[in-house]
Amino acid sequence: MTDSTAEKLSVPPGAPRDQSRPDALFKWLTAACSLVVIVIMAGILFELVRNSGMAFREFGFSFLTTDSWNPILSDFGAASSVYGTLVSTGIAMIIAVPLSIIIAIYFVEVAHPKVSRLIGGAVELLAAIPSIIYGMWGLFVFAALMQTHVQPFLGTHLGALPLFQGPPMGIGMLTAGLILALMVLPFITAVTRDVLMMVPPVLKESAYGVGSTMWETVRFVSLKYGRRGIVGAVFLGFGRALGETMAVTFVIGNSHRISASLFSAGNTIASSLANEFNEASEPIYLSSLFALALVLFGITLAFQTMAHHWVARMQRLEGGDR
Amino acid sequence: MMRTFVGMAVALTVMALVLAISIPVFAAASLNGAGATFPEPIYAVWMYKYNQLTGVRVDYQGIGSSGGIRQIKARTVDFGGSDAPMKGPELREAGLIQFPMVIGGVVPIYNVQGIEAGQLKLTPEVLAGVFSGEINYWDDEAITSLNPGFALPNEPITVVHRAEGSGTTWMFTNYLDKVSSSWHEKIGTGKIVSWPVGVGAKGNPGVANYVQRVNGSIGYVEYAYAVQNNLPHVSLKNRAGMYVQPGPASFQAAAGGADWANADGYYLVLTDQPGDDSWPIVGATFILIYADQDDAGKAEEMLKFFDWCYEHGGEMAIEKDYVPIPKSVADMVRQTWADDVRAGGAVVWE
Repeated sequence: MTDSTAEKLSVPPGAPRDQSRPDALFKWLTAACSLVVIVIMAGILFELVRNSGMAFREFGFSFLTTDSWNPILSDFGAASSVYGTLVSTGIAMIIAVPLSIIIAIYFVEVAHPKVSRLIGGAVELLAAIPSIIYGMWGLFVFAALMQTHVQPFLGTHLGALPLFQGPPMGIGMLTAGLILALMVLPFITAVTRDVLMMVPPVLKESAYGVGSTMWETVRFVSLKYGRRGIVGAVFLGFGRALGETMAVTFVIGNSHRISASLFSAGNTIASSLANEFNEASEPIYLSSLFALALVLFGITLAFQTMAHHWVARMQRLEGGDR
Repeated sequence: MMRTFVGMAVALTVMALVLAISIPVFAAASLNGAGATFPEPIYAVWMYKYNQLTGVRVDYQGIGSSGGIRQIKARTVDFGGSDAPMKGPELREAGLIQFPMVIGGVVPIYNVQGIEAGQLKLTPEVLAGVFSGEINYWDDEAITSLNPGFALPNEPITVVHRAEGSGTTWMFTNYLDKVSSSWHEKIGTGKIVSWPVGVGAKGNPGVANYVQRVNGSIGYVEYAYAVQNNLPHVSLKNRAGMYVQPGPASFQAAAGGADWANADGYYLVLTDQPGDDSWPIVGATFILIYADQDDAGKAEEMLKFFDWCYEHGGEMAIEKDYVPIPKSVADMVRQTWADDVRAGGAVVWE
């Protein structure tokens, strides 16, 4: 093997070997592999559209605006699932984003490298826990804690707001949002940390050099320099929260109702699909579930596009200074 | 380098092909069923025992009654399981045969501090009121007047129901539909209904779990799940006006008067049966098979298994808190097999 390779490589410089054939093969092979992604994507979209056609023909645009979900009367609407998906993800992001950025700043700017490595390992471990484990822990431990301590506390002190009214059941929208926050936290933290670590030391040193405090350096140099990457990190977490299924199904209470209170049970698109897909026997029921899936696909795509545009706009405003 | 890569790819492809070809051959030697979770505990016992005795492997996946009907209609399984029976004309249209396998009961379970199993008395009207959200608090007049002597707490009631289509829900709502006219008008009977209140849990185990965890909750499960999880059950007023406790005896009492002989396709619902000792929410769980079988050998294997369950499964069923199908009914089912099951036009069961 080595001999023959050496022999091949020792072609005299005047007669270059023909490299076009292996290169062409390589080109086609890589192209074919990437094409697979597009074919799968198109295939999924095609199936979703085809199977959901019946529901959209039957209910029209009102499928998106009604919250009725009645399999006996074959009357379906996506509003409660869409509402639950957005609210639970919203709660998760409100809690996880600031927390993750603060943790990442601590890792990069404040903590001793050894401490940073240690806690960094713990955060990565958090990301490696399968979502079903979060669901089980959420139901058996966290929901009980919510019921006996957190929800009564919120009810007593913030009970004037409709958000925190109703019986403390432990499970419900708020619990689902908090579990989601915990699940996306390690993702946002890890990416933000990597982004902050890429800030050139010379920039930070100059900031300290002109007498900036640590906070000013972080605020005006590190975060400003890395903000595009941080937006990316936030959207990574957002996408994960939006489609998370198992953990949410365990703790959200699975009820097709829109309620002002975060204590009450709700559902998300993903949890409805997980619960009901196996069981849907009527064609219109099945089609409505496919339509739900298509709506989730649409929401994800919309936020993805928004993120792209936003990052691109920031790049333009900054004049491409990176 | 390239050559090794290609060689590896070829080897992997060959391996994958060999696996893909060998797996279906292996699976063909066993019988597959899917459906209701309600009878899953007893089916699991029967299948394990039968496999030990005969070496024939029968697998059953508890995916819910609706799923069972869907799978058998798609012919992806050899038999389907459902707690909600299909009606005669519907069966004939799909070319299916249905027969009852075992009888069980659905019991309301609750979690209220200080009240032990069987102590909470409810009438059908109050039960319907609670599950339809008209009665919201444990110390509601309607409940306290039935239970003098107990200090029911001023706590909200959390209803726990199934999140997915379920035969247990079908039996439960079928009962409420029969006993409450407002339930009949607003909600109705179904494997999954539009619940006005409460939280949804997946499967019988899920409901048991939620009720165990949430103070002030009430739910409904197949009896075996209440026993296994040690959950307090209610004492329910039956059609004869007596308060009864759930259990094999009261299930048997309800099933005793069933008129299977005149039920088209064995379509029979055993909720709200007469009799002083009858538990009011009782039902049979059913097996669905094709009248026209593809494979005579396999069809015979399958019917042999069901025959064995009728013949020798009774003891095991009672141990798991189910009620076996009476011998006379089992004989009727065997006659149905002989009359209606065919493989390529030939009789399968004689």
